[in-house]
Parts: sequence; C-alpha cells; structure tokens
Amino acid sequence: MTTEAVNPGFMASGGKSWVREWLFTLDHKRIGMLYLWCITAFFVVGVLLGLVIRLELFWPGKDFIGQQAYNAIFTLHGVIMIFIVVIPSIPAAFGNLFLPLQLGAEDVAFPRLNTFSFWLYVLGGATALVSLFTGGGAPDTGWTFYVPFSAVTTTNVSVAVAGVFILGFSSILTGLNFIVTIHRLRAPGLSWTRLTLFAWALYATAWIQVLATPILSITVVLIIVERLLGLGIFDPARGGDPILYQHLFWIYSHPAVYIMILPAMGVISDIIPVFCRKSIFGYKTIVGSSLAIAFAGSLVWAHHMFVSGMSDTAVMVFSFLTFIVAVPSAVKVFNWLSTMYKGSIRLEPPLIYALGFIFLFAMGGITGLVLGSAGTDMHVHDTYFVVGHFHYVIFGGTGFGMFAAIHYWFPKMYGRMYNRKQAIIAALILVVGLNGLYFPMYLLGLEGMPRRYYDYLPQFTSLHQLSTYGSWITFAGLGLMLWNLIRSRYRGEPVGRNPWKAATLEWTLPSPPPTHNFDTEPVVTHGPYDFSQVRDDD
Amino acid sequence: MTEHRDYQGAKMGMWIFLFTEILLFGGLFVLYSVTLGRYPTEFHEASKLLDVTMGTTNTVVLITSSLFAALSVVGLQRGSRKAAKVFILLTLVLACCFLVIKYFEWSHKIHAGIYPGGEALTQWEPGKQAFFGLYYIMTGLHGLHVIIGMGVFLWVWTRIAVGTCTPEHFVALENAGLYWHLVDLIWIYLFPLYYLIT
Repeated sequence: MTTEAVNPGFMASGGKSWVREWLFTLDHKRIGMLYLWCITAFFVVGVLLGLVIRLELFWPGKDFIGQQAYNAIFTLHGVIMIFIVVIPSIPAAFGNLFLPLQLGAEDVAFPRLNTFSFWLYVLGGATALVSLFTGGGAPDTGWTFYVPFSAVTTTNVSVAVAGVFILGFSSILTGLNFIVTIHRLRAPGLSWTRLTLFAWALYATAWIQVLATPILSITVVLIIVERLLGLGIFDPARGGDPILYQHLFWIYSHPAVYIMILPAMGVISDIIPVFCRKSIFGYKTIVGSSLAIAFAGSLVWAHHMFVSGMSDTAVMVFSFLTFIVAVPSAVKVFNWLSTMYKGSIRLEPPLIYALGFIFLFAMGGITGLVLGSAGTDMHVHDTYFVVGHFHYVIFGGTGFGMFAAIHYWFPKMYGRMYNRKQAIIAALILVVGLNGLYFPMYLLGLEGMPRRYYDYLPQFTSLHQLSTYGSWITFAGLGLMLWNLIRSRYRGEPVGRNPWKAATLEWTLPSPPPTHNFDTEPVVTHGPYDFSQVRDDD
Repeated sequence: MTEHRDYQGAKMGMWIFLFTEILLFGGLFVLYSVTLGRYPTEFHEASKLLDVTMGTTNTVVLITSSLFAALSVVGLQRGSRKAAKVFILLTLVLACCFLVIKYFEWSHKIHAGIYPGGEALTQWEPGKQAFFGLYYIMTGLHGLHVIIGMGVFLWVWTRIAVGTCTPEHFVALENAGLYWHLVDLIWIYLFPLYYLIT
C-alpha cells in the first residue's frame, strides 16, 4: 500500500465550486461516478432493510418490529433495490463511464440530456424517500403496487409511485441517449462486429428501457389518478378491471428484469476473454442472444399471472415463450464456458466475480423454469421459492455483475489497484453467504411458506434461521468488499493504463482518463478481444 | 471540447422519444380496447353524449395547426426566419383554440355531473363509467401533451429569435414539428374512438 499521488484525470478540480463542477457537469465520466456513488449509498440502505427483514423472521411471531413496519420495510427494500439501485446500476454507472470510451467517443450523443437524466434520478429517488416520512406513512403494498390494495391503502402510495414515474423517465432518457450514441459516435473502423459485448448488451438494454418503461409510467399515473381523482380504471364496480393492472405492470416489469440482467451479462462477456487470454467464443451468437432476450423477454410478462385468472391457452402460450427465453440465456453461459476452455486463465478478482455470476445465475435461471412451467408454478406461486429465485438472479446475477464491473474497472476509474487477495476472499464469502441466504428459501417455498408473511408456522423456523445466518455472512462479505474498495481508492497501488492487458479502447487511456478522453480520435483495426497487439505498458 | 452537431443523431433521438410517447398512450389504448370489448353497448350509449360538432371542429383545428407547424419548418429551411416565426405563432393560436374548445366540452360535462364521482355518472352502469373514466384520462393526457407541445414551440421560437435555431441548423424546429404531428396523430385516433362509435 502506498499513498503515492496519481494524476487525477477527469476527477481533477477545475477551480469552481463542487456543485457546479459535479452536479452541473456534462462529462459522461463524472455523471457515471455520481450514479455509482448514489447507487452504492442506496444499495447500503437496501441491504440494511433486507437485514432487518431477515432478523425479524428469525423466530415466528413478533421479534422486534410490528406488522405494519414490517410491510413498509419489505416494500421499501423492494422499491429502493429495484427502481433506485438495480435498474440504473450497470447502465447508468458503468455505461456512462465506459460506453463512450469503448466507442472512442468524446461523450454520449446528448450530454445535457445525460445530466438531466441524472437530476431526474436524484429527484425520483428523493421523491420515493419523501413518501416514507410524509402523508399516511410509508407504502405497505410491496414493490408491485397491486390494485385494489394500492388504490385504497391510506399509506403514501401516490408519492412513492410518482417517484417511480420520475425514475422511469430518467431510465428512458438514458436508454435513448445510449442508442443514439452507439449508432452515431463509433470511432472510425469500429464496425458493429467490433463493438464490445458490453456495448452490445447496453444497446439491447436501452431498447427495452425505451420501449417498456412508458407502460410502467402510464400504469403508475393511473394509480395516482385512481387515488386522487377517483377514476375507477381498475375498479370492477366502476367498469374497470384489476387484472388489467397486473398485465400493464408486468408488460414493463418483466422486461425490466432483462434491463437488470443484460448489462451484467455484457460485463461478464467483456471480462472472461481478458482473463483467459482468448477471444470470446461465438461473438455473434452472444450478440444475437442479447437481442433475442430483449425481444422474447418482452413477450412473457403474463407468466407472473398464472394464478390470476387467464385462459388455459394464454397460460400455455406464455409458458412456452418463457421457455424460449431460457435458450439465449443458456447460449451465453455455454459460450462463456467455451471461452474458458483451454484458455490461459488468470484467477484475478474480476474473473472470480464473473464465475460467481455464472454459478449463481445458473441457480436462479434453472429455478426460473420451475416458475415458468405453469403446472409447477401453481404449487410455488407467491411462496419463498419466488423470492429465492429472484434474489439468485438479481443479487447473484446483476449484483455480482456489478461487483465484477467494479473490480474490473476500478483501476481505470481511480488509477489505483485494490487489495486483490481481500477482493477474492470477499467474493468467496459472498458466494457462501448468498447460498446460505437464498437456498433455504427454495426449500421454504417448496414446503409452502408464502412470501411477504410476517409470521410463520413453527416447522419453518430452522430454515428461516439458516437464511438469516446466510444474511450475516453476506453482510460480512459486502463489508469486506466495500472496505477494500473505499480504502484502495485513497491508498491503493498506482497502476498504468492497462493493468489487465485488455484490448478495448478504454484501456489505451491513462488511468483515470483525462476529461477530453482521446487526444486524437482513435482508429480501430481489430476486434475487442484480439489480444495479439496489446501493449505491456503496465 | 469541440462543438458537436449531429443532425441525424438529433432526429434519431427524437424519433425514439416519439416511440416512447406512442407506448405511453399505447397502454391506454389497450385499456380502451379491452373495455370496449367488454361493454360495447354501454360505450355506444355513452358516446352519444359527446358533442360531435365540437369534436370535429377540434379535429380540423388540430390538423390545420399541424399544417402550420410543417410550413414553419419549410419556411426556415428556405431561409425565412420570419415565415418560420409567423407559422409558429399561428400553430400556437390554433393550439389555444383547441384547448378552449376542450375546456368548454369538459366543463359542460362536469356541470352535468358527468365526471368521476359526479352525481350523474355514479348512478350509471359500470360500462358508461368506464367510458368516461377513460375519456377523461386519455383526452386529459392528450391535452397535457398539447400544452407541452406549445411550450416546446415557444422555446424554439425564442431560439429562432436569438439566432441559435437557423436556416442552417433547423433540427430543433423540425423536432418540435415532429412532436406536434405526434400530438395531432394521437388525437386523430382519439376522435373516432370516442366521438364516432355510436
């Protein structure tokens, strides 16, 4: 460890006030950093709420918080984690930081719109937080805001969903910006087949953000209208239909899980070749699978509603389409493993996190098929099986993708390396912790423990306690990881341009990159995973 | 940083934004079609209560305003800032007409107790309540878009006045025009779906 100075690059102060230089910045790298810090802060809040939930469930009945507080806390955990942490996570933070660099561009296509997106993100997050402390108390509907309860509960649902609306707008504008950026700002020679797979994943994600989010926007507007103006869009007594709410909600919210997972898959596709010194296996099939997931993922929403009331034909169609999505997801996993085959593997922290991703995502993906198949879904619907599945995919998948991205790009962002040994230990603790935390949930679900319940039958006690122990291990892993990163941001060993010897454009710049990115516009002459010309300048 | 202008990129961004607007209304059109399928006779009855004359007038007003919006773009492209500004003002005047007519339509209904929670509407069968619920939310959201479109045109007008939107760089006006055509287009679907299904 050393405190040797590092050239601050784009982080250097320009002599103006912090607010002006950061909150009004147009620099995509600074905006990316702002997102990263906000997301990390909200992530910590979400984790603490999750710990409270697990702690309350240690014994049946009341342990230390009341029922209403419990309902508010799991709603809050969901809203914060989904809308403020996971959806923006990789695209808004690392997409902003590294997409223009990987394209050889000066910035995104619409820098001012990008700043505006960030403001909307902050405003939306703040609105969601305000809803906790004002009005009739924190929302208690769960993050899905299902009617009729969300239309009649006295808690502060209107303000919370207004926050969701604003966050959705922010997400749309970021997606729009990335699509135009990828189309218009690629450096000379950077053809579509030379794009990084991270950029391709962001591209597929951006289309989902743009095309699916407006449906959520109108749905939450309808909740507000129903609550404030007394329209009965979802009320059968007034000619409405609550099932339609579920359709509209999932038309967005199912594609949204692909907004969450696709960028993480892009990160993994970028990391694995670098640490195996081998070009990616099946570049075009990975690209195709990203687009196929984005497309097919938009057609499967009603698999959340097998028990809500649907015709048998619809159930079979949606079940079938759900199985179709498993194909491109599996293509990716097999391609990653084939890339590693006979590669020159270096077990560095980013690869460890990537391998953790593959393992945990596979666990979540396979149990997704149990839920996608209508017959088995009837049995485990709305049980802890769903909770376990979702957290394996989103924490084990997107979360680990995010951690892999942080450990991969940390030296580029700060010009310093973290303690690699600690990073690997933290990753292993996290894998153990996550399995301890979520695997018992599969068993609980199969035995019939419903999700979101405050109380449970005594026979579930030991599995609940196992899960709570897992949450402590996970917390310890997260603590070690964050401590290592925060300390290394100030005291880590300085690194050169390309510590991992990667072949993409961001690694040709100094660490951290200068404000204007490239002195001269780069000309791309090879693919993103062609390591034959990588310079050893570290 | 060098100044960056990308005409194609700006247009592409606007078109993608228009997709999102179509999907925003798309959710409501889905609700409309499902509800219409469920209550065809009630929708038929309720539609009779709307004023077709006012609706038709508004349709003509909005289509004409769209023509003026297009003419302002052509004017600027041909080098006449004055023509562009005049046609923008005409567009704004017609947009105001649209809103005024809409106001009279709505207030007439509301006076008659036909609004969510109103004394007349609550007595009616669910299908009619659904019709008017959707009518208010869809025309209301559309009216909001008319107001936003007017704001956008005002902004472009000042940009032309201060010389940042010019015959060489007219994409801001062109995009405002695209937005206005979308607002117009949505009305062209709303009009028959509410006024002409009797």
